[in-house]
Amino acid sequence: MSGTAQVTDAAGEPVPSLAGIPAASITRERPAALAIGPVAWARVNLFSGWLSTAVTLALGYIIIRFAVGFVDWAFVNAVWSVPAGPTGQLDPAACRAAKGVGACWAMVGDKWRFILFGRYPYDEQWRPGIVIALFLGLYAISANKAFWRKELAYIWIAVLTVIGVLMWGGVAGLTYVPQDSWGGLPITLILSTFGLAFAFPLAILVALGRRSTKLPAVKALCVLYVEVIRGVPLITVLFMASVMFPLFMPDGFNPDKLLRAQVAVILFAGAYLAEVVRGGLQALPKGQAEAADALGLSYWKKTGFIVLPQALRLVIPPLVNTFIGFFKDTSLVLIIGIFDLLTSGKVAITEPIWQAYSTELYVVLALIYFCFCFVMARYSRGLEQEYSRAARR
Amino acid sequence: MSGATLDPRVSRAAPKKPIRLSWSDPRVRNVVWQVVVLGSVALIIWYLASNTSRNLTARRIATGFDFLGRTAGIPIGEALLPYDPAFNTYGWALLIGLLNTLKVAIVGVILATLLGTLIGIARLSKNWLIAKISAVYVEVVRDIPVLLQLLFWYTVLQGLPQPRQSFHPVPGVFLSNRGVKIPVVEWEAAFTWASLALIAGIVGTVMLSRRAAATQAATGVRPVVWPPALGLIVGLPVVVWAVLGAPFVVEWPELTGFNFQGGATLSPEYFALTFGLVLYTSAYIAEIVRSGILAVPSGQWEAAGAIGLRPGTVLRKIVLPQAMRVIIPPMTSQYLNLTKNSSLAVAIGYQDLVSLANTTLNQTGQAIEGIAVTMLPYLLISLGISALMNWYNARIALVER
Repeated sequence: MSGTAQVTDAAGEPVPSLAGIPAASITRERPAALAIGPVAWARVNLFSGWLSTAVTLALGYIIIRFAVGFVDWAFVNAVWSVPAGPTGQLDPAACRAAKGVGACWAMVGDKWRFILFGRYPYDEQWRPGIVIALFLGLYAISANKAFWRKELAYIWIAVLTVIGVLMWGGVAGLTYVPQDSWGGLPITLILSTFGLAFAFPLAILVALGRRSTKLPAVKALCVLYVEVIRGVPLITVLFMASVMFPLFMPDGFNPDKLLRAQVAVILFAGAYLAEVVRGGLQALPKGQAEAADALGLSYWKKTGFIVLPQALRLVIPPLVNTFIGFFKDTSLVLIIGIFDLLTSGKVAITEPIWQAYSTELYVVLALIYFCFCFVMARYSRGLEQEYSRAARR
Repeated sequence: MSGATLDPRVSRAAPKKPIRLSWSDPRVRNVVWQVVVLGSVALIIWYLASNTSRNLTARRIATGFDFLGRTAGIPIGEALLPYDPAFNTYGWALLIGLLNTLKVAIVGVILATLLGTLIGIARLSKNWLIAKISAVYVEVVRDIPVLLQLLFWYTVLQGLPQPRQSFHPVPGVFLSNRGVKIPVVEWEAAFTWASLALIAGIVGTVMLSRRAAATQAATGVRPVVWPPALGLIVGLPVVVWAVLGAPFVVEWPELTGFNFQGGATLSPEYFALTFGLVLYTSAYIAEIVRSGILAVPSGQWEAAGAIGLRPGTVLRKIVLPQAMRVIIPPMTSQYLNLTKNSSLAVAIGYQDLVSLANTTLNQTGQAIEGIAVTMLPYLLISLGISALMNWYNARIALVER
């Protein structure tokens, strides 16, 4: 050890001078081995400076208080079920007592079938149940790259037909259920999925029309459609469908509310999807179309065999994002009185004994929407990253 | 005979063929296709229009915008212009609705930008806790329908206690089921003049900084701009205000009896709508800001530092111009989304354009005109901002060879 060492390290030990190198020029760095482990991690990521430490402590305090409050409300003080009174009617006295400090999950326990299936006949509710499962299966299959072939279109047609049969009934021994009685989650899924399925072909045509250079009139028409629809709120289009649609139709032909809303959603989604598809068409290198031209392919062959298969693959992530948007936006049909998930929930708590528990309802509904959207968003993000990795290679 | 050789440039161009009336001529095909498409669209429109006119005659509904001049009789809770249902017309009521929409949209856009930028930057924070909280916020808010969120906030506000037991978080602010009460500064003529002075000061500063830039370009030395700029922007309005007697009277809300006196009220409907839309849109803006910041490579900071620029200058002159190129287009579309989403007011009873047009439509039966009146302002706002965006994009586009 050198007797002249004035330089000390953090621990206060004098820094020894090494052969030939004066002690003063040596700076001791922390050995790499000490930079791992939870304490080191916290020091770097949570307490790197006095400001960072103060923010961490303040935020941590707020979060812990909030989390404790939420757990108290949602679990500790929550009322999970209430006894039935002498008349068979549920007695929400326990919920009333816990109001403000504990959630009343008994409401959900009593009403969950109405929230999920709306006014669908009680004994037939296994049918919309299967429909929900079919939709989930359809999404799972469509998300799988192994199925991204022409056959996927047939699978969609088949599954959507089965869904229609199950919901309507009237064949194969199933009792007929009119559309007025449908409700709940199946309506949300039908509006968004059928909306996408029917808007997609329309969107491809509009996107192609908007890109065409030789048909100026068609191009102008497509631009007009896309810009007008994208310029107005969905709710005005829904109002149009519910108020003006009956005026457009010949006498005696009056489609029901759900179909009208579905048409509005398709028209609306078509404009947004057209922009998504157009993005994919633009991203495709021009050489592809030129090569197809050089081979002497006709316009439709070029488009169908060369351009679209590549362009549509590119737009799957934004397509999923658009679908998430429409899945959420179908809740707007509440305003024109269609029984989707949100409306069923709101109607479920119009019952006098459950009127005071809308917070619980909104939490449950938010959770359902969140699960769907979160999974889809994760999927689309994963796909995007995969594409950008492939593009960089 | 010396053969008149053609100019090679002419011979390389495709020969101009006269149009033959044959299916194998692409020009003929294009014309035919366009005629077919436009014809079928016109046919559909004509069919719908003829149905509509027959239905309207059958229902004895007169078309036209005459109803706009009739007395409305719709009670309106909050109006920025004087309004009396017994006296004012439908047209006036719809104008008030439009102003209410703009009131939500403008305040919402400003607040959502501030909150969204804050969260977007927080998500890039080195502090793990801040970054994680922002990420969770963005995820959760984006994956829940905005209508559900609005209904939730409206219920929360309605669940607040009566004015007499109202929450009182900061002096002068009362939260009750009647809305939010805030103190206001009484508007005097002096404030109007001070605002005009502020505008003049900003214009003066811009001119000053332009001159400074010109001087810098000519001589290489930039004159110091900030002291006169500060004087123009802060000093001038303050002097104008002080000369006019420096009036400053704050009107505080006070609880008298069962309700409040004085101060300004944000109705529960307005508060829930603006609050919900700000939270929802800020999550999207946060992602836009984050991607904009990440889009500028860190090499830009390092290179600017290496040529000796100060951090503030680097941010202003190097980083922000590049980030803005990425940020502005999606940001505009979020602003438009917020404006369009403000139409959800109808679900919680705030009287915006859509809500009032809907009432008008129900009272008069003028479905087509009612919908047209609703769609037109949104369409004009959207197309106007799109045009502005295209102009801006063309201006900031990278000039490539």
